[in-house]
Amino acid sequence: MANYSTNEFKGGLKVMLDGDPCSIVENEFVKPGKGQAFSRVKLRNLKTGRVWERTFRSGESLESADVMDREMEYLYNDGEFFHFMEPETFEQHQASTSAVGDAAKWLKEQDVCTVTLYNGAPLAVTPPNHVILEITDTDPGLRGDTAQGGTKPATLATGAVVKVPLFLEIGETVKVDTRTGEYLGRAKED
Amino acid sequence: MTADSWRPVATLAALRQRAALLAEIRQFFAQRQVLETEVPVISRRATSDPHIESITTQCVGTAAYLATSPEFALKRLLAAGIGDCYYLGKAFRQGEAGRRHNPEFTMLEWYRCGWDDRRLMDEVADLLCQILGRHQVQSLSYRELFQRELQLDPHSASDQALASCVEREMDLAFAPNDRSECLDLLMSHRLERAMGAGITLLYDFPANQAALAKVIPDKSGTPVARRFEAYVGGLELANGYWELTDSAEQLRRFEADQAYRKKNGSAVHPFEERLVMALQAGMPECAGVALGVDRLLMLAGGYKSIEDVIAFPIERA
Repeated sequence: MANYSTNEFKGGLKVMLDGDPCSIVENEFVKPGKGQAFSRVKLRNLKTGRVWERTFRSGESLESADVMDREMEYLYNDGEFFHFMEPETFEQHQASTSAVGDAAKWLKEQDVCTVTLYNGAPLAVTPPNHVILEITDTDPGLRGDTAQGGTKPATLATGAVVKVPLFLEIGETVKVDTRTGEYLGRAKED
Repeated sequence: MTADSWRPVATLAALRQRAALLAEIRQFFAQRQVLETEVPVISRRATSDPHIESITTQCVGTAAYLATSPEFALKRLLAAGIGDCYYLGKAFRQGEAGRRHNPEFTMLEWYRCGWDDRRLMDEVADLLCQILGRHQVQSLSYRELFQRELQLDPHSASDQALASCVEREMDLAFAPNDRSECLDLLMSHRLERAMGAGITLLYDFPANQAALAKVIPDKSGTPVARRFEAYVGGLELANGYWELTDSAEQLRRFEADQAYRKKNGSAVHPFEERLVMALQAGMPECAGVALGVDRLLMLAGGYKSIEDVIAFPIERA
């Protein structure tokens, strides 16, 4: 494995720290005019998601982590594992519930997700920024409410609950931003 | 290389602001009868500062170094009798790149004969107030800042107390080497941001961080370095001394620096023995200060990164 020195640290670089793969969020070079040089590094632990700051002496290095992001199609959930497929090679990967984490509530079969592989195995799953999902449960819409601009909770096909406008009904499809959980609009049927 | 890599990083407005700032600085010193002087940026001697690396080059067949500051040359001019003087130009430091550092940067350095550090601090505040239009100035000693923020006396606290304070305040990937490193860590990680938005003049540094300042006992009898730093909103802008004029002490410090560099695996280059010779011949009592002009421009124009004020920072240089 390659080693990276602090002067190569930049956002997105994947390194090993305390035995866990981490992604560098930010690296700030700190040097008092007459003092020693340090790197204040903000890191995200890719296993736990925890973000914290650690200071290195300038010039120290870290081992790179065998971590890569791949676009994969979500196939199905067998109750224990989530199955993904690489579109070019058709190679399949199974991800544990803990690797999928919160992404589970947005996963629709055949959607293309970013699967982060660590030593070849799924470590984390990032859903598409926008997903289109069917409403499976919500209170009935009330006539005449369209002008009011109120919202109500709606349960989507994947289990996610989002706030939607009052006029939407069960069976309609909506577009949602998975990063914020916000309703973006009614999806056109096609 | 991308399609726009030929373009400057700073906006043209920032570059015009730079020109206006340089003119304003020159006018400030012209009004005060301080002489602008040019000194070489290519020198036969390197810095010996334990934590600064010279960029090495070749010139006319032998090793040469890009000046990390104009200090040695200006002091040779002071010993030759030039009087109050300043340098406004480029300085170079190996490996210093980041949001607040570019390896090639613009430095203003000036000397006032017959002044001490306290009097020069006032002039630094005058210049900063004029340029930034800001008037809130606080002066406090290094000890006062540590006591106020960390309930710790940086001069008398034990090595152990300093190390555990560092451990409480931050997550380190290494064990600090010595108390000086602990103090640097606390200053850069914790105290700079506690300084507030105005101008802060910090004085009386620990004796082991004297660099080229006189070391004299303070009111409490603790030997302190008559060195000061100016910060604005926690950004380090300037570093000044009541200058060391004792040639024997200067030689001792050069040798101590070289020994430190050797011990820590840093490059050991020939030190500037002509500064020792100049002090031997006699340099007037004076105070001097160096100020980072790019950072001053960042503050004056509200820029977040040093790249925003440099046409071609190192990646595009």
